[in-house]
Amino acid sequence: MASKSSYNPKNKVEKWLDERLPLIRFSKEHLMDFPSPKNLNYWWTFGAVLAVMLMVQIITGIILAMHYVPNIEMAFDSVEHIRRNVNYGRIIQGTHAVGASMFFFAVYVHIFRGLYYGSYKSPREVIWILGVIIFLLMMATAFMGYVLPWGQMSFWGATVITNLFSAIPLVGTPILEFLRGGFAVDNPTLNRFFSLHYLLPFIIAAVVGLHIWALHVPGNGNPTGVEVKSKADTLPFHPYFTMKDLFVVVVFFIPFAWFVFFAPDILGHPDNYIEANPFITPPKIVPEWYLLPFYAMLRAIDFNILFINAKLGGVIVMFGSILILMVLPWLDRSKVRSGSFRPMFKPFYWLFVLNFLMLMYLGAQSAEGIYVILSKVGTAYYFGYFLIILPLLARIETPKPLPNSISEAILAKEENTIAINAEQGENK
Amino acid sequence: MIIVRKIIALAALFFALAVSAPSLAAKVGGKPAELQKWSFAGIFGTYDTNQLQRGFQVFKEVCATCHGARLLAFRNLVEPGGPEFSEEQIKLLASEFMIEDIEAEGGERPATLADNWPSPFASEIEAREANNGALPPDFSVLAKARGIYQPFPDWAFNYFTAYQEGGADYIYNLLTSYEDPPHGVEVSDGQEYNAFLGTGIAMMNPLMDDLVEYDDERLPRTVEQYAKDVAAFMYWLADPHLVSRKTIGLNVLIFLSILAILMYLVKRKIWANVKH
Ligand code: HEC
Ligand code: HEM
Repeated sequence: MASKSSYNPKNKVEKWLDERLPLIRFSKEHLMDFPSPKNLNYWWTFGAVLAVMLMVQIITGIILAMHYVPNIEMAFDSVEHIRRNVNYGRIIQGTHAVGASMFFFAVYVHIFRGLYYGSYKSPREVIWILGVIIFLLMMATAFMGYVLPWGQMSFWGATVITNLFSAIPLVGTPILEFLRGGFAVDNPTLNRFFSLHYLLPFIIAAVVGLHIWALHVPGNGNPTGVEVKSKADTLPFHPYFTMKDLFVVVVFFIPFAWFVFFAPDILGHPDNYIEANPFITPPKIVPEWYLLPFYAMLRAIDFNILFINAKLGGVIVMFGSILILMVLPWLDRSKVRSGSFRPMFKPFYWLFVLNFLMLMYLGAQSAEGIYVILSKVGTAYYFGYFLIILPLLARIETPKPLPNSISEAILAKEENTIAINAEQGENK
Repeated sequence: MIIVRKIIALAALFFALAVSAPSLAAKVGGKPAELQKWSFAGIFGTYDTNQLQRGFQVFKEVCATCHGARLLAFRNLVEPGGPEFSEEQIKLLASEFMIEDIEAEGGERPATLADNWPSPFASEIEAREANNGALPPDFSVLAKARGIYQPFPDWAFNYFTAYQEGGADYIYNLLTSYEDPPHGVEVSDGQEYNAFLGTGIAMMNPLMDDLVEYDDERLPRTVEQYAKDVAAFMYWLADPHLVSRKTIGLNVLIFLSILAILMYLVKRKIWANVKH
């Protein structure tokens, strides 16, 4: 946006550099001057939280990799070695493990923000699609990371999830063996997962770069969903949003630190403190909490559909539940972006949130009785929301009148509060 | 006001996520666990050195005949935040154990502070042979590898109380619940009934009153006391840096809270003249 920056090289060296590699100019444009809508609320700070969390994971991860041994005989003990013998090892390892959960918590807030405010709509489809790719990469990274400590859940989680690929007709078994590096999850599996677990975060970082590049073309959306009309609607990124984001990052670190220092294992499973044993299946195999909704949808499909057997059906539904997000910008054709101005959309949206939490709960329960029925209902609503409700709402809903501009909306809000205050004053 | 509302909304969301996370320990069939008060619980928790020493005594005199602790180094017993025995005591203790060492004369030498606790059996096969085919698990992280079952909503509070001592509670309840099987319950050969598990277990009741002689005469020599002490010891064994971690954590939380307030004030000052 800010193609003409206010940057004037201050001295000869800066000028020399500017003519050859305009790095400072670029940073000034994109990290300081970048005009952002002044009405952004706190839900818009989670992008910054995510960027910080990615750094935290990469830094702690690199330190862990200095001590970790990707060999099935030694992996479990090497993680314990980090916890016990490496200086501050228990804290570094705990930060990385808890950090994964905090990262996912933040990404869910970020995604649901997008779903409510219609952030995925034109002209921000590419930002959104890149986001979905990041989300997929995050899930792959987290899944492979969970295998590395080589506990019972690591081993059996890896077995169950890689086994899903065998459902694919014809090429399923070759793909399965390719992923595992053999017939069963074993040392080659651990080696390749470690290698990929180290690689993927850097790919995520690259896609985040594209994500933010794409963001800086149209600029941020905002809670009204009305595009920026004039300079009066915006503020420079620095110091207004740098400070706001930094504040939220520090607040975010408080529950993060709470878990790292006082309950580092509470988000994990006790069974992962038992070394992997291919001959003993744990009573219950559950993925980490952030993958549970998708796991619930996988297990909801326990019936054959025409020539598609239940297993393949489950896999299609699970991957479909994420891939459907890719085409969301073309499913929701409502011209109004922000959910705040869509009276019919709102209840369906909040039901969608509740439904997602219900699926998360169900993913941790055993697949029997009422839990299966609820999983089916939840899966149906998840897909129905995208495939039926959103397209339909776009046709039948009458949105509330939109403000003409961001500034006008701010003014209206202010008058409203003044009016309310005056009213309260009268009542006293 | 808006910010307070947002924080509440966020806390609610976090709570919702926490609540929908799984209750982690699978339900065991037996009677519900009796939760104990542990000195190392909560954000101010620290280990009780005397209790860890007694727990180690129970481990050494009773459990160690069957259970190993391969990640326990003798030096750990001296280090701060643990049982904190004197170096002389542990050097003496270590020298009573022989360690296989191909470089030593005769292929064996006495253990030193740097060595790890030797396994009671030469191999898994030997361990199983001595225990009716069952394998006594290694103690190194056993207290972290067990948890107790809590019905909803009890476990949801754990995220706020930082309850992490499920493993210690599990061990205490296991050791204090050996009973005669109820009518109609068959326990197979080589097993004893345990009311906490609600099934038989291949470990015979290892404890009985007056089994271990504590130096401190005032303490009861009961199964309950032994069980509690050894469970505390096993928890330390699985989480040896808990004390220093919690101390750092407290400072980190105080630091972050103050920083957050300062950040908020700066942010408010910067935004003071902006209508938004
Ligand atoms: C005579 C040998 C023996 C002694 C002594 C012994 N155990 Fe065990 N222990 C076993 C065996 C065998 C098992 C495996 C039981 C099974 O798999 O059913 C076991 C299992 C356990 C378990 C795991 C139970 C579970 O949930 O799977 C714990 C905890 C335990 N022992 C604690 C202790 C403690 C504490 C002591 C000392 C007070 C002790 N044991 C003394 C043989 C012994
Ligand atoms: C590592 C993960 C991610 C990082 C670091 C990241 C970073 C950011 C940042 C810094 C912003 C601008 C500030 C904000 O709106 O919060 C942003 C905006 C956005 N992100 Fe992400 N993001 C990530 C993942 C995702 C995912 C998974 C999605 C969706 C599936 C997504 C969708 C969006 C959208 C649509 C916007 C534009 C919002 C608007 O301008 O209104 N992002 N992202």
